[in-house]
Amino acid sequence: MPAYKNYVVVWVVLLLLTAATVWVSFLNLGLWNATVALGIASLKAVLVALYFMHLRHEIKLVLGFATFPLLILALIIFGTLTDILYR
Amino acid sequence: MTSDHPKHEGAPVSARLGIWAFLATELLLFGGLFTVYAVYRVVYPDLFQQEHLKLNRLLGTLNTILLLTSSLTMAVGIAAIRQGRQQALKIALTLTLLLSAGFLGIKYLEWSEDFSHGLYPESNLFFGLYFMMTGLHGLHVVLGMLVMGWLLVCARQGRFSAQYSTPVEVTGLYWHFVDLVWIYLFPLLYLVG
Repeated sequence: MPAYKNYVVVWVVLLLLTAATVWVSFLNLGLWNATVALGIASLKAVLVALYFMHLRHEIKLVLGFATFPLLILALIIFGTLTDILYR
Repeated sequence: MTSDHPKHEGAPVSARLGIWAFLATELLLFGGLFTVYAVYRVVYPDLFQQEHLKLNRLLGTLNTILLLTSSLTMAVGIAAIRQGRQQALKIALTLTLLLSAGFLGIKYLEWSEDFSHGLYPESNLFFGLYFMMTGLHGLHVVLGMLVMGWLLVCARQGRFSAQYSTPVEVTGLYWHFVDLVWIYLFPLLYLVG
């Protein structure tokens, strides 16, 4: 039973964060708009990964499988952007 | 339960590693598109700012709510079958299927609206990326629905139990990944362009 309760709490928080990001998108914050939107999205992603995808109780090997590709993707995006910006 | 992970409920380690390795390839598939998005967003900020306002923010928000809720029903279904509750699993899978069908229905409405306004993939860079990214994501939703339909058939035959729920667990991880992609697509396309 406690598992269900946790999931519902996480779901409510996810909906609240969605409401927050939509609300912020109507304000004009310049560059901060994208920063806040990505920050909230990442917070939601972490919640989904930790609770719904059970990474909270996962063993180290599987955690490695789950996080290593993120590092690769970050390198791809970072490398491509620096190339574009400083070419 | 096998002895190598006595505390963990659900799928064996090998199955979890397998699906996470698959999700790694999926991440890099979508990652290529996110990289293209990042590059053009930096090179043509005005185009993205102007074009993203043509998307329907209300329908996008509604779809976000539908997909987040479908992740909840999927997670609840997995928790249910871990306790051997087959009836609850069937209800949870049916709800997840209905919510994902709703997601695709709204997607259909949105694309029809875009087409009627003369917005096509070849209209400009932003809409090219928008159709490509939401289209690829939509394909993943369709694939997830097909697998869930199969899970529902198996669940009706009583093939899942507290001792054996691996296909449900693995599909759940895939489904949450599809949700994760949308969590980033929604703000990037609809909110900040």
